Amino acid sequence: MAHLIQAGSSCRLAYSGAARSMSTAWWRHVEPAAKDPILGVTEAFLADPSPAKVNVGVGAYRDDNGKPVVLACVREAERRIAGNSNMEYLPMGGSVNMVQETLKLAYGEDSDLIKDKRIAAVQALSGTGACRLFADFQKRFSPDSQIYIPVPTWSNHHNIWRDAHVPQRTFHYYHPESKGLDFAGLMDDVKNAPNGSFFLLHACAHNPTGVDPTEEQWKEISYQFKVKGHFALFDMAYQGFASGDPERDAKSIRIFLEDGHLIGCAQSYAKNMGLYGQRVGCLSVVCEDEKQAVAVKSQLQQLARPMYSNPPVHGALIVSTILSDPDLKKLWLKEVKGMADRIIGMRTALQQNLEKLGSPLSWEHITKQIGMFCYSGMTPEQVDRLTNEFHIYMTRNGRISMAGVTTGNVGYLANAIHEVTKSG
Amino acid sequence: MHRGNDSHSSPSPADRRLSALVRHLQGSPLDAADPCLAAAPTSAAQISVFDHVVRAPEDPILGVTVAYNKDPSPNKLNLGVGAYRTEEGKPLVLNVVRKAEQMLVNDRSRVKEYLPIVGLADFNKLSAKLILGTDSPAIQDNRVTTVQCLSGTGSLRVGAEFLARHYHQHTIYIPQPTWGNHVKIFGLAGLAVKTYHYYDPATRGLNFKGLLEDLGSAPSGAIVLLHACAHNPTGVDPTAQEWEQIRKLMRSKALLPFFDSAYQGFASGNLDADAQSIRMFVRDGGECLVAQSYAKNMGLYGERVGALSMVCRSADVASRVESQLKLVIRPMYSSPPIHGASIVATILKDRAMFQEWEVELKAMADRIISMRKQLFDALRSRGTPGDWSHIIKQIGMFTFTGLNSAQVAFMTKEYHIYLTSDGRISMAGLSSRTVPHLADAIHAAVTKVA
Repeated sequence: MAHLIQAGSSCRLAYSGAARSMSTAWWRHVEPAAKDPILGVTEAFLADPSPAKVNVGVGAYRDDNGKPVVLACVREAERRIAGNSNMEYLPMGGSVNMVQETLKLAYGEDSDLIKDKRIAAVQALSGTGACRLFADFQKRFSPDSQIYIPVPTWSNHHNIWRDAHVPQRTFHYYHPESKGLDFAGLMDDVKNAPNGSFFLLHACAHNPTGVDPTEEQWKEISYQFKVKGHFALFDMAYQGFASGDPERDAKSIRIFLEDGHLIGCAQSYAKNMGLYGQRVGCLSVVCEDEKQAVAVKSQLQQLARPMYSNPPVHGALIVSTILSDPDLKKLWLKEVKGMADRIIGMRTALQQNLEKLGSPLSWEHITKQIGMFCYSGMTPEQVDRLTNEFHIYMTRNGRISMAGVTTGNVGYLANAIHEVTKSG
Repeated sequence: MHRGNDSHSSPSPADRRLSALVRHLQGSPLDAADPCLAAAPTSAAQISVFDHVVRAPEDPILGVTVAYNKDPSPNKLNLGVGAYRTEEGKPLVLNVVRKAEQMLVNDRSRVKEYLPIVGLADFNKLSAKLILGTDSPAIQDNRVTTVQCLSGTGSLRVGAEFLARHYHQHTIYIPQPTWGNHVKIFGLAGLAVKTYHYYDPATRGLNFKGLLEDLGSAPSGAIVLLHACAHNPTGVDPTAQEWEQIRKLMRSKALLPFFDSAYQGFASGNLDADAQSIRMFVRDGGECLVAQSYAKNMGLYGERVGALSMVCRSADVASRVESQLKLVIRPMYSSPPIHGASIVATILKDRAMFQEWEVELKAMADRIISMRKQLFDALRSRGTPGDWSHIIKQIGMFTFTGLNSAQVAFMTKEYHIYLTSDGRISMAGLSSRTVPHLADAIHAAVTKVA
């Protein structure tokens, strides 16, 4: 009916009547969109009135009381900022100071690449924004390329490259039988991809599996990348959060840099500085020389301008305040280690609880996996039972956010998992 | 010429590069086995996959500030980017914003968690009320969906992406001229861009006849970008009667209005008056999109606070539309930044703070109006050739002087005055102290440069 009305528009329609019904047709066809599989979990959790409910869905850190945490270093930084920032526009590339400090974290304090100004880098809207900027840049400047994405990965990665109109392929990553890395499958896919392919790699604490290559495996991957001339984009959302040591967590990137790769890197402060809602991150692209870095940075800015003009200042100020003050930086490193240690402690506790309950299954992977998430191996049906019978909320791929586990709920959680998995 | 190792100075970039290359060429046992290695595109000595990337030109608006910052002259004046300045030429953080800021930092119960994809709920509700009116029937009927976005730019982009995916017409008509970033935003979102006549250089006012003709011949259902008030860059706004005619025409052709509201309260000094164009359209029961920015009217520039509202026919449609807006936002930046929106919500929901804001906003608008008068008087007293009445007729932060790019370049070179090459000056960058300098420059440009 909408089309019939529009076909008649060549004759002048007086306003009212026909025009009114013409405009009702505009959005009628809009389908309700599916809920985001990750963020939708928290929505459902919040709507649940049960006092026993547990949220191990979204990857946001909680303390041992299940409460969100604002780091002490962040509180202090905010105290210093309040009343002193004039809130002017940042340049399109964001806070220069924040970007410089952020590059040091990824590339090393004494990185030659930084000294030689070979890194094109811009402040981005957390990890999502950094990945999206790169995807848009890839589309514009390598229009015939595709992106290879690990299976599984953070679900939003697929959305990002799809919306950037970059075709996607996948590469083997997780090995369900061992609940570890499918290294042979990964290497095969790297070898079989056409030379010069673009790969998305999780620098550490793979999301959602928590399975990372070993140092030796990273070296082999890097070597094979050299042979094939592949481009590596590292998504590093958990630096410091995986082992408790940011330098250690950047090892994969450093291996690639030592081998001379010209990489890309998306960094986020959402988790490791607890700045989730501030949307602070950085996208960097290593170039051959300073001139090229200037060119690439200018083009990244051209993509940011029609998206949001320039990035938000508040979160960037928090990051630069902390990282450029040696005492605050020390405090931050201590607090990051504290968060990582609590999670490692919860991994141990969960595994021990399950073993004590006499589970027939192996739960070694809980402590072998690293970072915020545990890929439990549970099926969607088992997850549904956990939600419906025990009011435990997690994503249906069986991913448990260990950050949501506390000494208060680990027993309840173990018991519930045991109940739904004990029959094998 | 001194060459070679100097142990007292650090190695040059070239030296470091050479060392790295040597290390790679000496290689490892693995390398020796594989002759393909040297040819690999991303390996050490080889070419970047982005080698062909050329340096992009400076953004025409933000590039003005870059050039200004480089200028060492003590008399330099930045009339480029539209950011408010005080009489002393300093950025201004509103008192009420500082208050809100302190309240937030002192509230230890506040956390930094992710906002929902659509942003801060309070902020969204209050923003809709601010632009549509607290008694808006569209809001009362739940026909409005509002999502927090990154200032005006972000709101326009999200709205445009939604339209490119879900609307049957993919052409947007933008006024000639308009803010330079509009065409890039809509283009990247996947819409085709056409223009409609707007500014009349002869009168330095509105080309109303041309506007009506162009919108009249647009295809049915086409999207039309409308500046809600204080048109950027011209400062030329339709009168209330002209808005009514525009509304009638657009509704008769089912043209979809997309309002850009970046200066509510800044144009006349009155928030409700500056929203009349939008409210006129919403009153007739039809649909529209509104992009709102708090960059200027709350001085929150760098915090990137804004909102996209879509006024729909029914609550059900609004709800479905909102779910689809989330799918646009999630792969762009997941969720919007919390800080600026929290400041806005704090102010809007507190009656005393809201009133304080209105007073400070009016003061900013009044100062700009006074600068217009001073500049006009200064040009008249110099006997500068031409009719300069448009300076006091135009509205908002900008004046479209009518100067051409050669005259602009002259003013920058000889008088260190920075403005965009289309002759747009930001009145907010002027003060009583600097008006004479600008008037001198304009006078010289007009009399010396064709």
